[in-house]
Amino acid sequence: MMHEKLTMAQALNRALRDSMTEDESVVVFGEDVGPLGGVFRVTDGLSAQFGERCFDTPLAESGIVGVAVGMAMNGMRPVVEMQFDAFAYPAFEQIVSHVAKMRNRTRGKVALPMTIRIPYAGGIGGVEHHCDSSEAYYAHTPGLHVVAPSTPGDAYALLRESIASPDPVVFLEPKKLYWAKDEVALGAVSPSIGKAVIRRPGTDATLIAYGPSVPVALEAAEVADREGRSLQVVDLRSIVPFDDETVCAAVRSTGRAVVVAEASGFASVSSEIVARVTERCFHSLAAPIRRVTGFDIPYPPPKLEHLHLPGVDRVLDAVDDLQWEDS
Amino acid sequence: MTGDAHHLLPTATPVSLIGPDGHPVADPAHSLPAPGDLRRALAALITARRLNDQAYALVRQGRLAVYPSSHGQEACQVASAQVLADGDWLFPTYRDTVAVVGRGVDPVEALTLLKGDWHCGWDPYEHRVAPHATPLATQLPHAVGVAHAARMRGEPTVVMALCGDGGTSEGDFHEALNFAAVLRAPVVFLIQNNEYAISVPLARQTAAPSLAYKGIGYGIPSERVDGNDVAALLSVLGSAVARARAGEGPQLVEAHTYRMQAHTNADDATRYRTADEVEAWVMRDPLTRLSTFLDLPADDMTAMNDEAERVAAHLRDGLNRDVEPDAAQLFAHVYAAPTAQLREQEALIADELLRDGAAR
Ligand SMILES: Cc1ncc(C[n+]2csc(CCOP(=O)(O)OP(=O)(O)O)c2C)c(N)n1
Ligand SMILES: [Mg+2]
Repeated sequence: MMHEKLTMAQALNRALRDSMTEDESVVVFGEDVGPLGGVFRVTDGLSAQFGERCFDTPLAESGIVGVAVGMAMNGMRPVVEMQFDAFAYPAFEQIVSHVAKMRNRTRGKVALPMTIRIPYAGGIGGVEHHCDSSEAYYAHTPGLHVVAPSTPGDAYALLRESIASPDPVVFLEPKKLYWAKDEVALGAVSPSIGKAVIRRPGTDATLIAYGPSVPVALEAAEVADREGRSLQVVDLRSIVPFDDETVCAAVRSTGRAVVVAEASGFASVSSEIVARVTERCFHSLAAPIRRVTGFDIPYPPPKLEHLHLPGVDRVLDAVDDLQWEDS
Repeated sequence: MTGDAHHLLPTATPVSLIGPDGHPVADPAHSLPAPGDLRRALAALITARRLNDQAYALVRQGRLAVYPSSHGQEACQVASAQVLADGDWLFPTYRDTVAVVGRGVDPVEALTLLKGDWHCGWDPYEHRVAPHATPLATQLPHAVGVAHAARMRGEPTVVMALCGDGGTSEGDFHEALNFAAVLRAPVVFLIQNNEYAISVPLARQTAAPSLAYKGIGYGIPSERVDGNDVAALLSVLGSAVARARAGEGPQLVEAHTYRMQAHTNADDATRYRTADEVEAWVMRDPLTRLSTFLDLPADDMTAMNDEAERVAAHLRDGLNRDVEPDAAQLFAHVYAAPTAQLREQEALIADELLRDGAAR
């Protein structure tokens, strides 16, 4: 297996390139994904290398996803790019009413092997409509897989697997991690959709995070370690399917947990995690599970976003609140 | 951009080849379909009318939840299926069950949705018919995608995409037309303008001179046709399909027709239109018109009516047969393989059903 040091954007680009090379039915399209290579350069060089298999479309997200549905019905594996999280909303009807349901509506006769890539979440000083954490909308919709990598290596592996998947995948790319660099294993990938991973071992409490919040959790664990508290970090990678097994085993091993997520907390993926873990691990818990999430407000302007985003201090405060005096 | 856009505009009046009285109408630009094609269309029209009326009756008998009838629009239903080749695709709306059957789908399977057994009752790949689309106009981008995929592989597939007059106001109608034009996708968009979207008349839907004028803004050649004249429809749709197949890109056809019955049997059309208005369209009936024109021997007509009866009986029998719903189906096709969570939920239902069975 080949290894290369790549940014997450480069790793995603390699995943697209390798998938397109391997499988002629893979096509990539969206807004500015052609000669420009996408606003985050994730599709850089693909139209030069693959010609009309990577093409710019008219500016219409419902059309992009709707056309992808038709192409997927007819033998292709489309990978479409939504330019930003909030600009995927025009495609919401297509995603919810068709992408998610086609297999079910047709009793398995029509599968939609398609991937919807969405640069998502904040932390890059973006103005409004460029920083939404929209995962709950998709995770709430049966029929979609929803994944969010936190490392270049997972970005590569998860995208390769998403493209090869017989099911539609909403692929959430944490914008603030596009430029994070790491060693990436290229080539054949082992399955990681539906599998959470322990990013850091620890014994006192478990931090559960995904996508853009994983580095925050890891940094909090680092700081806690210096203060004498051992925090385990679980990276979900895959929101749907949800890996109850790994998450619950982790929480049982420590007895305490904090969920860290950028999205507003009300009716969110983080609330689902707390509910599931509580239902399954109640007797292993030494304290109620805490959440550190974005507030229940529209995403704030750049100069205030630091107050909204879960930060290391807020995570550590939540950990401090896990009723340590009782044990 | 080309300066000459006139070829994209429809004619001032809809193309008509057989008038409401059953007499031919001279039209230098279009020729009458071959007699064999018209005979085939008449047989299909008779079956179509019979199916519509049978389905309507089955609602009253409680065998169907609801039925959006295409009574009065059968010429559009028949022609849109008849002009396609086997390798082509049809994208129907909820009102287009008869067109679905025209492609070869078993009428019982075509009505599975409304019977309530499942959503789509047929295998879309078997006859190349997409599932009925209920969210208005959302099927149109799919049609473009199917056509574009075929074109990328060099296949000669043409896609017939159906839509109502109300559906033309939805965003997906416009996005689909624009994508099809830019991609030069071989799609024929057929708007069945039946004057109403449930209760809302066309004047509340658009200020355009006609719905066929919507093509020009996208660079799509557009035509208007008498939607109750199956000869004109076969001719106009047939050449639109041929142009799309020849690589000339998408085509838009507006068929002027009328929904003779209420939106569905749950609707009360007397609240928004007069009996006189409906009566005027009886004179334009697509069936009477073609049978007057063809004036076939009584034996031929009997044979066609018998065939329609046979299909109606098949539908009746199929819908009167109760299929035990299978709870496992609920979880089997959400994903290619059920998630751990779905397996748990399926086990829960299985257990409930087992206990129900034991209690009985
Ligand atoms: C997106 C969406 N909005 C509303 C409806 C509810 N609805 C069902 S049919 C219909 C009228 C559609 O009229 P038209 O497109 O003219 O088709 P017709 O019923 O006349 O065949 C409406 C509003 C729907 N199915 N989808
Ligand atoms: Mg209508």
